[in-house]
Amino acid sequence: MGTILRHAIRLPGLAGLAGLAALIGLAACGSGGEGRAEGGVRMQAAAGQPAGERTAVPDPEPSTRAVSVKNIGSDTLVNLALAWAEAYTAAHPQVRISVTGGGSGTGIAALINRTIPLANASRAMSGEEISSARAAGFEPLQHTVALDAIAVVVNPANPVDRLTIPQIADIYTGRIRRWSEVGGQDRPIVLLSRESNSGTYVYFIEQVIRLGRKDNKDLPSPETLLMPSSEGISAEVRQNPNAIGYDGLGYVTADQKVLAVAAGEGRPYVRPEAATVLDGSYPIARPLYMYTAGEPQGAIAGYLSWILGDGQALIQELGFVPLSPGGGGTR
Amino acid sequence: MKQGRGGARGAPAGRTRWSEFAIVALIRVLGFSTVGFVLLIFAFLLREGLPVFFELPASTLLGRLWYPTFGSFGALPLILGSLLVTLLAVLIALPLGVASAVFIREVAPRWAREVLKPLIEVLAGIPSVVLGFFGMSVVAPLVRQWLGAPTGLTAFTGALVLAYMSLPTIISVAEDALDAVPRGYRDAGLAMGATRWQTTWRVVVPAGRSGVIIAGMLGMGRAIGETMAVMMVTGNAARLPLDAAALFKPVRTMTATIAAEMGEVARGGVHYHALFGIGILLFVLTFLINLAAARTILRRRRKGGLR
Repeated sequence: MGTILRHAIRLPGLAGLAGLAALIGLAACGSGGEGRAEGGVRMQAAAGQPAGERTAVPDPEPSTRAVSVKNIGSDTLVNLALAWAEAYTAAHPQVRISVTGGGSGTGIAALINRTIPLANASRAMSGEEISSARAAGFEPLQHTVALDAIAVVVNPANPVDRLTIPQIADIYTGRIRRWSEVGGQDRPIVLLSRESNSGTYVYFIEQVIRLGRKDNKDLPSPETLLMPSSEGISAEVRQNPNAIGYDGLGYVTADQKVLAVAAGEGRPYVRPEAATVLDGSYPIARPLYMYTAGEPQGAIAGYLSWILGDGQALIQELGFVPLSPGGGGTR
Repeated sequence: MKQGRGGARGAPAGRTRWSEFAIVALIRVLGFSTVGFVLLIFAFLLREGLPVFFELPASTLLGRLWYPTFGSFGALPLILGSLLVTLLAVLIALPLGVASAVFIREVAPRWAREVLKPLIEVLAGIPSVVLGFFGMSVVAPLVRQWLGAPTGLTAFTGALVLAYMSLPTIISVAEDALDAVPRGYRDAGLAMGATRWQTTWRVVVPAGRSGVIIAGMLGMGRAIGETMAVMMVTGNAARLPLDAAALFKPVRTMTATIAAEMGEVARGGVHYHALFGIGILLFVLTFLINLAAARTILRRRRKGGLR
């Protein structure tokens, strides 16, 4: 799903660059982010302006051309950030945004080391990270850009289709070892997790395995397989009927079975969907963040306000949840 | 200009001697710089990794739990995981590699040898991520189905992939060793009435024994440092592989740990130092393996090319 979309978005991105001449007027508007401007860009992209036209027009503002923004971090956010970057650079060719994954910790570390101005994170910065940012001479600023549900997934052949959070916690700490104990077949349970540099990993431990309690020091069983990527998890879930895994909703493919989750015994079982995340009934959902070093300036301020405005429209296509219903949310 | 050329053509006068000196010096500097670079890398590893031995007590470092995000840095599961996968890989690869070397050197007709040798070198050039992907999507499901293990991402799967990766090293070193066995040994064996099979297994292979040992050690050195393929097929669960069933359960190796976690750590933190500490350990282990191999080579040379 993600790949197809990425290709679909890349096309207008390239065409938009080629049709720079027609866009200069829009680019001059800067970060206004009006719905009309966005629509105009898409039309230009579809028309496919010839590349030769670019040279015919004088450069309007040489100093603001080719501002490049490096955006690194959460693997959960990477596809969404890529879609945003492509749509935004199509409308604002003077800004170049390069997006890389690597994990929330990677992005935050790069922000602290001042190698990038904008970090993606699927968890809030830790106290330790905030203090090392202060030691590096800036106050990190958190921007909530989208919402995400953590889906718990199993192999489609597994008859289990719902679990409570305490059951999931018992499964991941190794207190429940066979599927028969939660109403499934008599098979061993194989635990899959993201690597420890993933924000999803930390969130899952704090909110699910530790049931959201600060005094709870439970850890996932040492038997847990740590997969270096979302693809590693989906590959193993797809072919192993013993497996249970978790990942951001945007990364769940059709060949995995998504479980309905209840906050506890006697509470309703809810499947993760945009509506259930927004109304708060799905119990494992979280905000996704971008971090800047201090108050965002120039191109980055424009980009962020576009994300919180028109950019919200792209979120649902990628399997995430916009900050408000309808996707046109503002700050 | 003219003068200089004339001088060079005549006697090996000033210019020639000077350029010869310069070239020799350059080669010498390049040669020693290799040693220098290794030392510098080791110094860097020590600088970044040694602090962990002061920050954490040895009992913590050799603990059983590796949860770096939550402050437990017990590296024992990682060390044993690496050793298990590596030794198993060599156990699988050594018989196969030596048998292939014997085939290529002693049995195969000339044309087959000409085809096989370059093919084996191509084998060495397959990127490890490709083998890892193959292991993940083909070997792991087979291991799960055939052995009935809960998951196919196990130490055994990792060892299979590593064995495949260390085969080219083992085959070419073992083949060189067999090649070094003097022709007279073969002729003598055959002249005594031994069959070709008996000559090969009882005379030629034992005579090249030390070379075979070296092949095993170099294969091990190759296997212990491998990262990408191992990370993709071993499951990376930091469990202590002490029970007999550990072979068919997931393990986490030192290399995979460094690769998976290094990107995330804050420079200069305990976790950062701990990963470099593991790097030191890995460096020392590889160094010891290579040193042992080098000693065996030296001893063989001293004994006149044999044993």
